[in-house]
Amino acid sequence: MIDRLPGFATLAIHAGAQPDPTTGARSTPIYQTTSFVFNDADHAASLFGLQAFGNIYTRIGNPTNAVLEERVAALEGGTAALAVASGHAAQVVTFQALLRPGDEFIAARQAYGGTINQFTHTFKSFGWNVVWADADDIASFERAVTPRTKAIFIESIANPGGSITDIEAISAVARKAGVPLIVDNTLASPYLIRPIDHGADIVLHSATKFLGGHGTSIAGIIVDAGTFDWSRDNKYPILSEPRPEYHGIKLQETFGNFAFAIACRVIGLRDLGPALSPFNAFMILTGIETLPLRVQRHSDNAKAVAEFLSTHPAVAAVNYSGLPSSRYYNLARKYAPKGAGAVFTFSLKGGYDAGVNLVSNLKLFSHLANVGDTRSLVIHPASTTHSQLDDAAKTNAGAGPDIVRVSIGIEDKEDIIADLDQALRA
Amino acid sequence: MNHDTYDDNYIRGILNNVKTIAMVGASPVNVRPSYFAFKYLAQRDYDMIPVNPGQVGKNLMGKPFVASLADIDRPVDMVDIFRNSDAALPLVKDALTLNPLPKVIWMQLGVRNDEACALAEAAGVKVVMNRCPKIEYGRLSSEISWMGVNSRTLSSKRAPIPTQGMRLSLNRVSVGGGGTSAADRAAQLKDDKNNNA
Repeated sequence: MIDRLPGFATLAIHAGAQPDPTTGARSTPIYQTTSFVFNDADHAASLFGLQAFGNIYTRIGNPTNAVLEERVAALEGGTAALAVASGHAAQVVTFQALLRPGDEFIAARQAYGGTINQFTHTFKSFGWNVVWADADDIASFERAVTPRTKAIFIESIANPGGSITDIEAISAVARKAGVPLIVDNTLASPYLIRPIDHGADIVLHSATKFLGGHGTSIAGIIVDAGTFDWSRDNKYPILSEPRPEYHGIKLQETFGNFAFAIACRVIGLRDLGPALSPFNAFMILTGIETLPLRVQRHSDNAKAVAEFLSTHPAVAAVNYSGLPSSRYYNLARKYAPKGAGAVFTFSLKGGYDAGVNLVSNLKLFSHLANVGDTRSLVIHPASTTHSQLDDAAKTNAGAGPDIVRVSIGIEDKEDIIADLDQALRA
Repeated sequence: MNHDTYDDNYIRGILNNVKTIAMVGASPVNVRPSYFAFKYLAQRDYDMIPVNPGQVGKNLMGKPFVASLADIDRPVDMVDIFRNSDAALPLVKDALTLNPLPKVIWMQLGVRNDEACALAEAAGVKVVMNRCPKIEYGRLSSEISWMGVNSRTLSSKRAPIPTQGMRLSLNRVSVGGGGTSAADRAAQLKDDKNNNA
């Protein structure tokens, strides 16, 4: 038994995974089964009553998924995690545990377009009311707090703008308001930023992106930091009050500092149903083993590409937080000293038409609606990911009509730059 | 010693070495956390003794309730306190009159009494506060990982197959001892809150 802190790369390979008890398989097996047998009636009752640790049904938990959950919890420095079917499912399950109809949450408007849609329209049909704030103006979060506020949501690195959020400043607002800070850490990955170290209470991922890295599998993760006292003032009754379907168990009293992850599992996942396929969990796990290598390469390549674009005559502006010219440069140096990530935007002097031409002239870049793939990716957000927003909301989100978003892959950077150069000249 | 965070080896040493555990405040109601913990520890082959003056004459998992620590007929290695923080002080005073002395006083999740702790430590008794032995056993054996919990341990050895009535190995490699930055921050916030209150 050694008492030293293993490094990030060691955790990325080992955390949560142990040779299979039955077969000795070293790689985590894909437990592709819907259900698990009980030892006897008492064992079954203990599992259903949350009295014993164990597996019942893959909608609620699965051994392959559990390895993924512990792996990401370890990498983020949280107490527990829950894997779900997608990043969007992670958001629904998280907010379902926190909000009742009529409640509010504050969200940074610098957010992924799909998140803006989900919060604005679908959440409204649940009676969950989003109040937008500006991540570049901390006071806008303070002004948005009301007695109905139940949470604050930000992205650590915002999609698509690539801006860096001042997590500690917004965490202070959340703490003063007595609400948890939820940080989507998809674009940074825990290799670049660990939001819990800066005051996050819940961390969310679209694991589809850098955690998986291969662009093969959709998945989402909810990480419980174990830092929030859910029972302090009865604002979060799912965690503090007896649960009738579990015969009166109080979740925080019973599960302590991982009660939020348990609530998301035994209520949100159980009843909303967005379970992750064990096969997809296996794919994401396989990706995570190389996360530190990939994300460093992504970031190094992105910086080289951003530097190239910033001197290119056809380019009007490059919004990459890793460049000294960026308004987010100091925040990037504080929160993401190893690199500012792989996703950023730039605008072309030729405006909308030049952007459309660039996308069609690229030969190595793939034109698609994803980020965090090994491949270099490009998209015109105004006509795709952010097309359902009005023009003001597009611009607010960093997706104006002249903006092109890239996710820089881990190919040779000379090839990435050469492809952009030929497409800009074409 | 610091009771905000515990080194895994400290907790591991306790759970590996105690055999007889008196649980004060054990409940026969099967949705109470004390019931869960009692049952789990009994299934892990600890010799469990339920202590609850309101339940004398009844059994918990086949073990007869006793009214107080003084009524226990055999040496007790560990007293597990499932009562509120204020009740911990008189209970620790009772425990320190036992002969032989218990080796460990364990206060459950949410239970902390620094005065009682100091008294026990002055008598050479180890103390754990604000932790659950079921959660710690499940964490150190990695059994709790089945619930997506961060066990903060690693092992490249084949895992035992968890079944009822079986002691699991707790001797995995600890990932950075007992604490996480999040746990430290939670403890810090709690202190801030208590100081402001």
